[in-house]
Amino acid sequence: MKLGMKHRTYGQQKALWGFIYVLPWLLGFLLFFLVPLITSLRYSLSNIEAKSDGIKITYIGFENFINALTVNTSFNRTLTDSIVNVVVNVPLIVIFSLFLAVLLNQKFVGRALARSIFFLPVILASGVIANLEMNSLVQELVQQSASGGSSSGIGTFEMERFMLQAGVSENIVLYLTGAVDRIYTIVSQSGVQILIFLAGIQTISPQLYEASKMEGATGYEAFWKITLPMVSPLILVNVIYTIVDSFSSSQMTELIKTTGFNNFDFGLSSAMAWLYFIAIMIILSISTYIISKRVFYQD
Amino acid sequence: MILARLLSIESWKRGLWSIVRLVLIAGLSFVILYPILQKISTAIKDKSDLYSPIVIYVPEHYSWDNFKKAISIMDYWQTLINTFSLSTMTTLLTAASCALAGYAFARLKFKGSGLLFFGVVLTILVPPTTILIPIYMNLKDFSLLGLVPLLTGGKSINLLDSYWPFVLTSLTASSLKAGLYIFIFRQFFRGIPKEVEEAAYIDGAGVGTTFSRIMLPNAIPAIVTVLLFSFVWQWNDSFFTTTYLTSSNVMSLQLSSLPHNLSIMLEGGVATNKDPFYMSMVQDTGILLAILPLVIIYLFVQRYFVESIERTGIVG
Repeated sequence: MKLGMKHRTYGQQKALWGFIYVLPWLLGFLLFFLVPLITSLRYSLSNIEAKSDGIKITYIGFENFINALTVNTSFNRTLTDSIVNVVVNVPLIVIFSLFLAVLLNQKFVGRALARSIFFLPVILASGVIANLEMNSLVQELVQQSASGGSSSGIGTFEMERFMLQAGVSENIVLYLTGAVDRIYTIVSQSGVQILIFLAGIQTISPQLYEASKMEGATGYEAFWKITLPMVSPLILVNVIYTIVDSFSSSQMTELIKTTGFNNFDFGLSSAMAWLYFIAIMIILSISTYIISKRVFYQD
Repeated sequence: MILARLLSIESWKRGLWSIVRLVLIAGLSFVILYPILQKISTAIKDKSDLYSPIVIYVPEHYSWDNFKKAISIMDYWQTLINTFSLSTMTTLLTAASCALAGYAFARLKFKGSGLLFFGVVLTILVPPTTILIPIYMNLKDFSLLGLVPLLTGGKSINLLDSYWPFVLTSLTASSLKAGLYIFIFRQFFRGIPKEVEEAAYIDGAGVGTTFSRIMLPNAIPAIVTVLLFSFVWQWNDSFFTTTYLTSSNVMSLQLSSLPHNLSIMLEGGVATNKDPFYMSMVQDTGILLAILPLVIIYLFVQRYFVESIERTGIVG
């Protein structure tokens, strides 16, 4: 009886070790996630005054939220901007990365080189570098002199007219030409997604393709009937990843940070962060709901 | 006859498709590489070439001037060492703690581990902005639920502007995007056959030995993926770094304050020196210098990188 350790069953021992292994994460989760999350909720519902002897927190109800939505000049605009951005970009990024993954999965000369180029954005398009790149003056100067002084949108303008005359709906045309103009943003944000899709495509068993080829399916049909259903769970994964990723690099983050650290309005800043979180959650759950109904699972 | 014609149409189609593919891939590769090439072209240009109408990409006068300026303003070598040590440290600690947690969530189930894993998913979904301010306050008066004041005699310590926030968060698997890494590890460990593990148990290995001698060597693809992602993201991260560190020289910090430092430095010189295009030129050089180490590392590990994620089983 004294040797309690020895008398544990195999399952109990594993459970004990499991808990020990999770412990570091659990500590971090409590200390750096759960407690701050609750504190942030409390801050968002109170007025915070920083004084020499510490901070004074008084409960004021939903005033901060109302303040953010009705009084603050930039919150509504930034929030709608970033939501519109996500709604516009996410389908493009997912479709584009699926297309590229299919392309990069085929055999051709220089595939290894092409692959390593396409994953380069994973390294380059994060954090400050992407931010600084956007306002590079020299880049614009060179672009201007390269295209003969005219604006760079001229190429898509021609295409736009052409497509409108061909009778394509105006909204679709604007969406597509906008996508062409934003090609760099889209390419640079789809590195990880291409990787995930590529990995998924490679797990599809080649027998399926062989069988369909025997039955006379073209490559086009094989894509819609085999590749797409087989990677559909990953479409869900990628949509979620893209939404989370594009939200974490949006203007909103900057606004929340300046409100908190430059204006020292911690209450308002927390309220903004919570509204932002709720917005993300709504978009995530809507898109998950729509996609997960169409996802094909093996079992 | 008919067969031959059919064959030729097939081969025509294939040839056409490979041309289309080539154009697409070459074009998109160009889109990706263009900013880098352009930065290189800007960086080796002399200042006089900036307004020369005949110079667009290939400079007329080559010069290392921009590099020298950017290096001196960014305090490049010191910054490089600092960033490298910071990233390496957080990467190693994060990988270790996430591997432990991932293994436990995959194989060592206990009561409530499902609920805790939901917590992991939650950490992926909640934007870091939401919890930024409380974390900041927490680190500023770090008391560890009232333990630290007991040791130091009633005073909480200020952990900001040191490497401690990074050490603590990565040691406890809650640093930048750690939820994602735990997820990757869990998926991977779930993919390793149970028999391998059971064989080890039957041979008398404990949980610890099984994990370190059997499971970890099998999980090298996942480890490489996590190490790479975590290193790169830590290197580029400005969100947490600007919050935790205020005065230390780290690459992302130096980059974000480069425009400011640049204007201060040029202010002291001749008035005409302060030219927005010239500043942008040095700034581009700075970006190039900051990503250069990453690109060099990437060149060495890219093959492994691409292959490893295919084998991590995020997919399966």
